[in-house]
Amino acid sequence: MSVPSDHSRDARDPPFGFWRRSYAMVVKEFIQLRRDRVSFAMIVMIPVMQLLLFGFAINTTPRHLPTAVLLQEDSDLARSILKAMENTAYFRFTREVHTVQEFDDLLLSGKVLFGVEIPRGFERAVRRGDRPALLVAADATDPVAAGSAMSALGMVVQTALQHDLHIGDPVALPFEIRTHARYNPAASSRLNIVPGLVGTILTMTMLIFTALSVTREIERGTMESLLSMPITPVEVMLGKILPYVLVGFIQAILIIGIGVLLFGVPVNGSLTLLALLSTLFITTNLAIGYTFSTIAQNQLQAMQMSIMFFLPSILLSGFMFPFAGMPVWAQYIGEGLPLTHYLRIVRAIMLKGATLPNLQYDAIALLALMLLAMTIAVMRFRRTLD
Amino acid sequence: MTAAASSARALAADIAIDVHGLSKSFGGREVVHDLSMQVKRGTIYGFLGPNGSGKTTTIRMLCGLLTPDSGEGTCLGYDIRRDADRIKRQVGYMTQRFSLYQDLSVRENLEFVARLYGVRDARGTARDMIKRLGLNGREEQLAGNLSGGWKQRLALGACTLPNPQLLLLDEPTAGVDPKARRDFWNEIHALAADGLTVLVSTHYMDEAERCHEIAYIAYGHLLAHGTVDEVIATSDLSTWTVSGDGLNALAAELTGKPGIDMVAPFGTSLHVSGRDRAAMEAAIAPYRDREGVRWQHGEPSLEDVFIELMTRATDNFQ
Repeated sequence: MSVPSDHSRDARDPPFGFWRRSYAMVVKEFIQLRRDRVSFAMIVMIPVMQLLLFGFAINTTPRHLPTAVLLQEDSDLARSILKAMENTAYFRFTREVHTVQEFDDLLLSGKVLFGVEIPRGFERAVRRGDRPALLVAADATDPVAAGSAMSALGMVVQTALQHDLHIGDPVALPFEIRTHARYNPAASSRLNIVPGLVGTILTMTMLIFTALSVTREIERGTMESLLSMPITPVEVMLGKILPYVLVGFIQAILIIGIGVLLFGVPVNGSLTLLALLSTLFITTNLAIGYTFSTIAQNQLQAMQMSIMFFLPSILLSGFMFPFAGMPVWAQYIGEGLPLTHYLRIVRAIMLKGATLPNLQYDAIALLALMLLAMTIAVMRFRRTLD
Repeated sequence: MTAAASSARALAADIAIDVHGLSKSFGGREVVHDLSMQVKRGTIYGFLGPNGSGKTTTIRMLCGLLTPDSGEGTCLGYDIRRDADRIKRQVGYMTQRFSLYQDLSVRENLEFVARLYGVRDARGTARDMIKRLGLNGREEQLAGNLSGGWKQRLALGACTLPNPQLLLLDEPTAGVDPKARRDFWNEIHALAADGLTVLVSTHYMDEAERCHEIAYIAYGHLLAHGTVDEVIATSDLSTWTVSGDGLNALAAELTGKPGIDMVAPFGTSLHVSGRDRAAMEAAIAPYRDREGVRWQHGEPSLEDVFIELMTRATDNFQ
């Protein structure tokens, strides 16, 4: 074959050139995907795990909600009423308190969603036909969680009592159930959603900021010279996290500001406390993102880890669905997520006006999660290229 | 203090790098095998060898970026296994691939390095370095936008900025034009004259000849070391230079003949070398009187020696 004709053939697009080149690209991408074991596993893990997790855990008509009892009279009737309430399956009595102060504190800190108060002389008043009041206080910051139990209360207690006690008029209860939707009397879901969004948005943005930070250094080749210089893992971590604490703080101010000005969400508690605990929450998320960055081998893996963390944060933290309605195992997972604790904090401060002693547990949990993430990150950080 | 310890310390004062039996494997493949070397303070030590011979791995072990599987030694008197932090403070490492921040400007990169090393006046030090590098007017340019030669100058500036005692340069002049290469080497000689020790890996023979001492490494084995003349003298290679017409044909005929280990064209002449002098003389005898070509007994060049070492290494270790 002569040389010129060879050349002219080379210059023309070969038959099916488009498909051949596309095919070459497809083959290359598959090979690369197969080599990246973690990404490959994630392709299966993300859909299956998340579906199983959330399918079983999410429940929009929650039952067995934690309830405190303020029992000022230990009578048979009182016991029967409580039993009847528990039989409805909506309530689960977790605490018995003796003073109004304890009762209020439990509601403020979010440890219980309901409180039932049986006043002194209740049974005598019933027998006298005085129709005394049985007080049921609900934490209505989450209208979904409180709503169904509240609406069912009157009817269900009545039938249960009739069955149990065989007393009184079948039409009317011999006492009055006085429900009190605290903190959010209008049951506005906006009051619940907006503070929740503060936490959700911060989780997403903070994770992304740091999740790529170490893998980016490795992929751009700057890690080699960074490691050859006298800097320690803790210093690298602080350097990567601290700038974003400020960024996160500004974001928090923006979101809370819009929530207050545009959506009319109140800030009933201390702004300083809110700022302080928000900063703690921001730092915790940054530390977790940074930890992912030290574990992931490339930016894709880091992104996938962030998503694996972000989805449960939305679904199992009590942001989308009532926390108390989830099965116990799912609640344990939720306790391991910073957003769960921050949601309690931000709702309690903004809507309930809670103070630090009410929020002690959640603040300590955030601090512990932050320290845990930082410890893992420092230990995982490879000081050599081995 | 024992006499041995004090003499060891006195020795350490003159020796910047002193390592013995370094080995390193990656995924079951041994990249560096039983490597020992000594580098005197204030010298420019050339580290030569083909791609993948273990040069980069050795340099990384010296500055604590990799942990040797076996072997030990000191760098500036500090143990390379235990004192990596101290070594890092006094060693400047210039990576093979540009590894400063492409999205930071020249000035910002230098200030970052200065701050990491705890230099008191980071801004002033960076400004002085910019002047010294001749980067005035480019200080606000992003490092990623610099040309290859300027990137290399910046990288050298960054690793000399904290006043290290030892410079480890991994193929610093790869892909740099000859003028920039010459300037670079002048700079390195100036630094060595100030007492700095420089270990530099390279492919270029002319650069090897600008080093005080050289070492040749192939397939993870250190094959030769010493001054350029020593390395050539110990090679036992006898070389003939052939000039004239029809050299291409002659080269084809000579290649593979027993006794002839290497035939390499050098411009208008041909270098023919062999390890065994007698066998080689016998092999070339029939071609000595060929019309139009002139045979001349010559000195092997450094390149001849290295290529010969490399082919021999291929036979032994591959």
